[in-house]
Amino acid sequence: MSNANIKKESPFSKFIHSQMVIPVVALLILIVVNLIADPSFFAITLKENNLGNPVLSGYLITILDFGSELAILAIGMALVTAASGGQDISVGATIAIAGSVILRILCGPDGQSLTPQAPIIVAFLAAVVVSMLFGAFNGTLVAYFNIPPMVATLILFTAGRSIAAWINENRLPNIVDPTYAIFGSYIPGIPIPTPFFIAAACVIIALLLLKFTALGTYVQAVGINEKSSRLNGINPKLIKFITFVILGVCVSVCGLIKTSRLGTINYSVIAKDIEMDAILAVALGGNSLGGGKFNLMSAILGAYVIQFLTTTLYKFNVASTALPAYKAIVVIILVVISSPVVREKLAALGRKKSVAKEAA
Amino acid sequence: MSAKTENKPSLGRKFLNMSDTNMLLSVTVVVFFLMYIGAMVFMGSGFLKAQTFLNILNSNAALIITACGMSLVMITGGIDISVGGVVGLVTMACAVYLDFKGGNVAGALGISLLIGLAYGIVQGYLVAYLEIQPFIVSLAGMFFARGMTTIIHANPFNVANEQFVALKDTRIVVPGLGSYNRLGRYIDAYVEIGVVVALLVVAILFIVLRWSKLGRSFYAVGGNRQSALMLGINVKRTVFLSHLICSLLAGLGGFVYLLHVGSGAVTNAQAMEMDAIASSIIGGTMLTGGVGNIIGTLFGVLSLSTIQNIVASAGLDDAWWTGITIAAMLCLFLVIQSVIMAKKRKINSTITIS
Repeated sequence: MSNANIKKESPFSKFIHSQMVIPVVALLILIVVNLIADPSFFAITLKENNLGNPVLSGYLITILDFGSELAILAIGMALVTAASGGQDISVGATIAIAGSVILRILCGPDGQSLTPQAPIIVAFLAAVVVSMLFGAFNGTLVAYFNIPPMVATLILFTAGRSIAAWINENRLPNIVDPTYAIFGSYIPGIPIPTPFFIAAACVIIALLLLKFTALGTYVQAVGINEKSSRLNGINPKLIKFITFVILGVCVSVCGLIKTSRLGTINYSVIAKDIEMDAILAVALGGNSLGGGKFNLMSAILGAYVIQFLTTTLYKFNVASTALPAYKAIVVIILVVISSPVVREKLAALGRKKSVAKEAA
Repeated sequence: MSAKTENKPSLGRKFLNMSDTNMLLSVTVVVFFLMYIGAMVFMGSGFLKAQTFLNILNSNAALIITACGMSLVMITGGIDISVGGVVGLVTMACAVYLDFKGGNVAGALGISLLIGLAYGIVQGYLVAYLEIQPFIVSLAGMFFARGMTTIIHANPFNVANEQFVALKDTRIVVPGLGSYNRLGRYIDAYVEIGVVVALLVVAILFIVLRWSKLGRSFYAVGGNRQSALMLGINVKRTVFLSHLICSLLAGLGGFVYLLHVGSGAVTNAQAMEMDAIASSIIGGTMLTGGVGNIIGTLFGVLSLSTIQNIVASAGLDDAWWTGITIAAMLCLFLVIQSVIMAKKRKINSTITIS
């Protein structure tokens, strides 16, 4: 923004020109729709759950709860998108793998025991390592073999759920443990869902990483122009590779939350269609899906807005299997608005108007 | 080009100097025959029957048709992952039309082509004229189709329409390829109508891509958009047409799919886009565009289902092996492509320098 030309820029016009405007406006539209349709959407009540802990409940809390998973994914997805100009569509499948690894270790070799056979932290760390390896696999294909990200990740998109089933030999492990259940529900005594705190921790770590290392700058440089970034001494292949590994870590955290919610795993259903939501979150945050500049916070806000949309659709009794159709329409509208051709035309229209104004 | 400057090109050099299309095609064909002959030798009985091979065609006719469309889009430098969704949507729409609305077969075929046409126009316009990444457009298209399928009808059912069932059970006997069953009775070898349609599509597309002006412009646009534009090719229209034809073929593929399975179900054609992309890539179509061959795609489909048959008859019939095998094969061929192209670039550049 050339602030010098404009004499005074009010905070409002500054906001209008920032990336945050897209998710915020989308959020406002959704809030208004819900206010008109049914104001009770916003009701929050304090209840006691079956363990006797005070918990908040209501649609908004659901959004906070499930949106947090998406926010964690959006961090990794935003980085991958910015660096490689493509998206990872295997996240849903790798979440299944991560969840499967966690349950495999917790339930022990025979997969029968209901109580944890190993410390939760060990299971989680194993899942982190496995997810990072799968992220590294994607990253290798993209960075070192020059395969477009979406095609490279298509491999795990198909095979991932099969691999997840294979890890547990297609059994349905079941774990009943109050400590393990915390990650997907509530910490005793705190009425806000745990996933929110996990997401907050992830966001803080990511922001610190971007602030105190040059990673953010490198990622943007690679995304904007790979050749010139190389001429400037950045290793673009390594940067792309690293973003995929970071996404792997995000995926394993998601896998922990997802399996903790149910205490079990359904290989073909867990985290289904979540890749679509994660990509949507990044796009809704005003980030270009073609790579380059990115804004982490607006991607995270985008994630919560997507969850807001999902919850609203559920509220209107849309079947979960029909959800993708509605979301697809939202995606198309978003990409059409943000496509360079349409933008240029809109900008031309805006210029004409301002010229007309000056003339008048 | 550079082969002429060499005195005696070695076989390896000759191989690398083949056009990209022919080289990747020959790799695929060789791999397929090695695999099938290997299966005949080591697996024996089942693979020796002609009907086993014809059954591969029977159950993959729809895949061949959709994969041909996919190759076309990939040759033009795009990708379309909505084809599986379109096939699923078409089967459900046609099944509902035939059974609940009392429709006839011609109407069903019309519906499938219309759905394909609508998809092609919307996706083609978004990709070609609004310049949106084809992957994002077709990802949304895929989710839209999957969602719409469940909105139309959620529960699986068999189509009972008489006219349709008659068409579905029509079997075209292939003379001379029959075999004797255990009781010593002669059983004719047969193919379904879908196979004839699929082979027709392959033949027509092969001719169009090889000898027509439009076909060559697909390659030109995929190879280098800038130079295609300078040659006076209408790039946007070509990209639009590639998506249009791909979606139309997906619609046709949906009808053929329904002819094979005979039931409307939400799970129809699940992950078919993956199989189609894998077949195209195995068949030697380059993701970067400009390189590809429809015959290769046909062999890609055949290789893919042969390896599935081999995996199944080797006793690994757990559901997850299919997914893992396809993915592994796709990965292998992607890496081969990438490595071959990198090597080729290097050799070509050294030749130019010397």
